[in-house]
Formats: sequence, structure tokens, C-alpha cells
Amino acid sequence: MSTITIILIVTLVVVLWIVGAYNRFVRLVNQAKEAWADIQVQLKRRYDLIPNLVETVKGYAAHESSAFENVTKARAAAMGAGSATPAAQAQAENQLSGALKTLFAVSEAYPDLKANENFLQLQKEIGDTEDKIQASRRFYNTTVMTLNTAVQSFPGNVIANSFKFAPMDLFELTAADAAAAEPVKVKF
Amino acid sequence: MDLYAQRTSNIRRTWALVLGFLVVVTAVGYAISWYYGNSAILYFAVIVAVSTNFYAYWASDKLVLSMNRARPATREEFFDLYTVTENLAITAGLPKPKLYVIDDPAPNAFATGRDEKHAVVCATTGLLSVLTRPELEGVIAHELSHIKNRDILLMTVAVVLAGFVAIVADIFLRMSLHGGRSDNKQGNAVMMILAVAGIVLAPLAAKLIQFAVSRRREYLADASGALLTRYPEGLASALQKISSYNMPMRRANHATAHLFIDEPFGKPEGGKLAWLERLFSTHPPIQERIQAILGTQTSS
Repeated sequence: MSTITIILIVTLVVVLWIVGAYNRFVRLVNQAKEAWADIQVQLKRRYDLIPNLVETVKGYAAHESSAFENVTKARAAAMGAGSATPAAQAQAENQLSGALKTLFAVSEAYPDLKANENFLQLQKEIGDTEDKIQASRRFYNTTVMTLNTAVQSFPGNVIANSFKFAPMDLFELTAADAAAAEPVKVKF
Repeated sequence: MDLYAQRTSNIRRTWALVLGFLVVVTAVGYAISWYYGNSAILYFAVIVAVSTNFYAYWASDKLVLSMNRARPATREEFFDLYTVTENLAITAGLPKPKLYVIDDPAPNAFATGRDEKHAVVCATTGLLSVLTRPELEGVIAHELSHIKNRDILLMTVAVVLAGFVAIVADIFLRMSLHGGRSDNKQGNAVMMILAVAGIVLAPLAAKLIQFAVSRRREYLADASGALLTRYPEGLASALQKISSYNMPMRRANHATAHLFIDEPFGKPEGGKLAWLERLFSTHPPIQERIQAILGTQTSS
């Protein structure tokens, strides 16, 4: 084969590889974005369940006003923080989780409430919602890991740097959230 | 070996087995073509093997369910099974499979379906009554891994290949009985005997490879499932409970046996021929599976 043909074939192969790598990065980034959006879907599910829970508990434990207020305020804060950075939202969400835990702990003292069908159902649903939030966060981390590995490995990183594909952040507990990781202390 | 390394190792070993399988199949094909100077038999065998298994693969979700008299599992009736499956499917990035339940005291579960979108997971009432939620998560993660790793497709391919070999050998034997041998292939006697022995033993070899592939995929589903839950103890504990139940399932069937999380036919007895029974098992021994999953923990 003539030199020109060889050069053309090599160039074609390189171009095809570049196109393939670029498209792969686009796909991985979009998968990670979709995974992030899916977390928001699960968070919204929790927001929607909470007012119902607050009303049910109020029916039996009306004077536990501080517990209700904390939950309602934390919920509003978390919904507002949605547009801020992931770290701010994570912190707001953790505070909401903490407020919910306190509300459930407080409900332990009211046997009529604990026997209420509606309350039990809501408790199960909110528990399931938190499992779903965790599941979607884990899936998000898996997609981000795949993206980061692709962007950082050689020779993909050459393409990634040229076209400005950057690694994304994993969903992690920051130092501020470490307090939220402590178990709730219930005092009687 | 940690779980990631196990997963890679299992995938590699599957490829080695499939390659070995293809070698056997190709050898059988060549032997027959050489012997009869004609490859019509091969085409016939391929068409029969593929067509008889294609329907089973395509409609695998509906077929297996009706064979086992399964009923749909609703969220109201089976909250734990439903939510565990839904949540693990989110973590795995899979569409949520359809859920079914079989009324049987033997604890067992299976997954089937030709691809992710047509996937089905089924559990027995026996399983749901003896397992705790973390154990159920381990089992469902194992089943979802079968779906994600496309084991149903792989096992169908293995069954097609084994069927192809069996059909070719069958035709060969029938034709030999009628004394139909091509004249221009004198060859030497040793080659003849080898070819005949090879063709008679080939279906057996193919079946053994098929079972070996099935066992390898079970190990892989265990490792993938543990990576999905990040809690290997759940599955290990579930396997321990499942293995201590010795009765066979009410409706055990050889065609679907490989799909279940454990042998639906009850355990092989120990004794002199145990190694032989193991070769023909669709599932590895439970104790070895538990060790493989937990092996990583003993060093910590």
C-alpha cells in the first residue's frame, strides 16, 4: 500500500477513536446527571409524606410543638436548599432526617399513636423512602465512579482534558454531616 | 480474593468454558462433515437446536411462571419483597422486574426473562417466611445480578450448543446403525474409532460444560449481589438457612432447575459418587458459596 493510504487509514482510525471517546463521555455525564435528578425525585417523595405524618401525630400528641416545628422548618429549609450546591442540600437533608428521627422518638411515648394504622403505614412508607433515597444515592455514586474512572484513565484523559470533561463529586458525608451520623440520644 | 477480583475471575472462567464449548462443538461439526463428506446434518442440527430453544428464551418469563403456578406479588400483600426489589433495582440501575410468588414451603427464588425490560423475579412463600429483611436483600440482589449479567441469555446459548451436539450425535448414531458410510473416506481405523468415540461422548461433554457454566454464573451472581448490597453476610446467612431445608420443591423441573437460587430437587447425598453428582449439579455446594462470599471477612 502507498504511504498516503496508510496515513489516511491511521488518521481515520484515530478520528473514529476520538469520536467514540467523546460520545462515551457525553453518555456518562448524562447518566450521572440523570442519577442526580433521580435522587431529587426520591427526596420529593419524602417531602410529600411529611405533612400527613405531622397531622397524624398532632392528633395524639398536640403539645409536642417543638418536635413538629423542627420538622416543618427543616422540611422547608431542605426544599429551599434544592437549588443550592449539593453539599448545602445534603446538610439540609440530614437536618430533616434528624428532625424526623426526633419526631418518631417522641411518638414512642404515646401508645394510642403507635397503634394508629395511619401512623404505622406512614412510618413504614417514610422508612422505605429513606431506603430509596439511599439506593438512588448509591446508584449516583456508581455512575460518577464510572465517569471519573473513564475521565482519569489513559488515554481517555487526553480527550477529556481537551474537551473539558471533568470528574464529578461523589455523594459523601462531609465533616458537617458527621454530627448527623451520631445516633439520636433520647432522654426521658 | 475480594469480591471485585472474584467477579472478574468468574467472568474470565465463563469465557474459558464457553471457548472450550465452542471448540467441542466445532470439533464435532468437523468430525461429522469429514465422516460424511456433507454438512447438511450440521445445518439441520443448528436449525433444530436454535428453534426449539428460541421460543423458550423469548417467552421465558411467561413459561417459567406457568410451569410453577406463580401468582403476582402485590405491594400490599408482600411489602418487604416489593420494596426490597424496587430499592435494589434503583441501586443496580435496572428497571424494576415483575414480582411473583409461588406457594411452596421450600425456600427458593429465581429470576428469568429475556432481557432487563422483560425480567421477572419470583420467590416462594417459604422463603419469605424464614428470611429477615437483610437476608431477603441478599437473595434478591443475587437474582437481580442474574438479570444484569444476562445469565438467562448465556444459559440459553449453552443449552442450544449442548442441544446441537446432542442432535448431531444422535443423527450420526442413527445413520451408522443403518450402515450409511461414505465410501471415499477410508481413513485409518484409529481415526475412525476416535471420531466415533468422540461423537458418542460429545453430548456428555457438552452437558458437563453446560453445568459448569451454570455453576460459575452462580458464583458470579453471589459476588455481584454482594457488591450490590455491600453486605455479604445477608446473602451468606440466607444461603445457610436455605441449605438447612432438605425437602425438594413440590414442582421441581429439570428444565428450570438452573434458574433457582438453590437446587430445587433437594440435596445430593454424600458418599462415593458425590463427586459425580457435583459434576452434574447446576449449583455449587452451598458451603463453598458461603465461604467464597465471606472469605473476604475472615482476614479482618
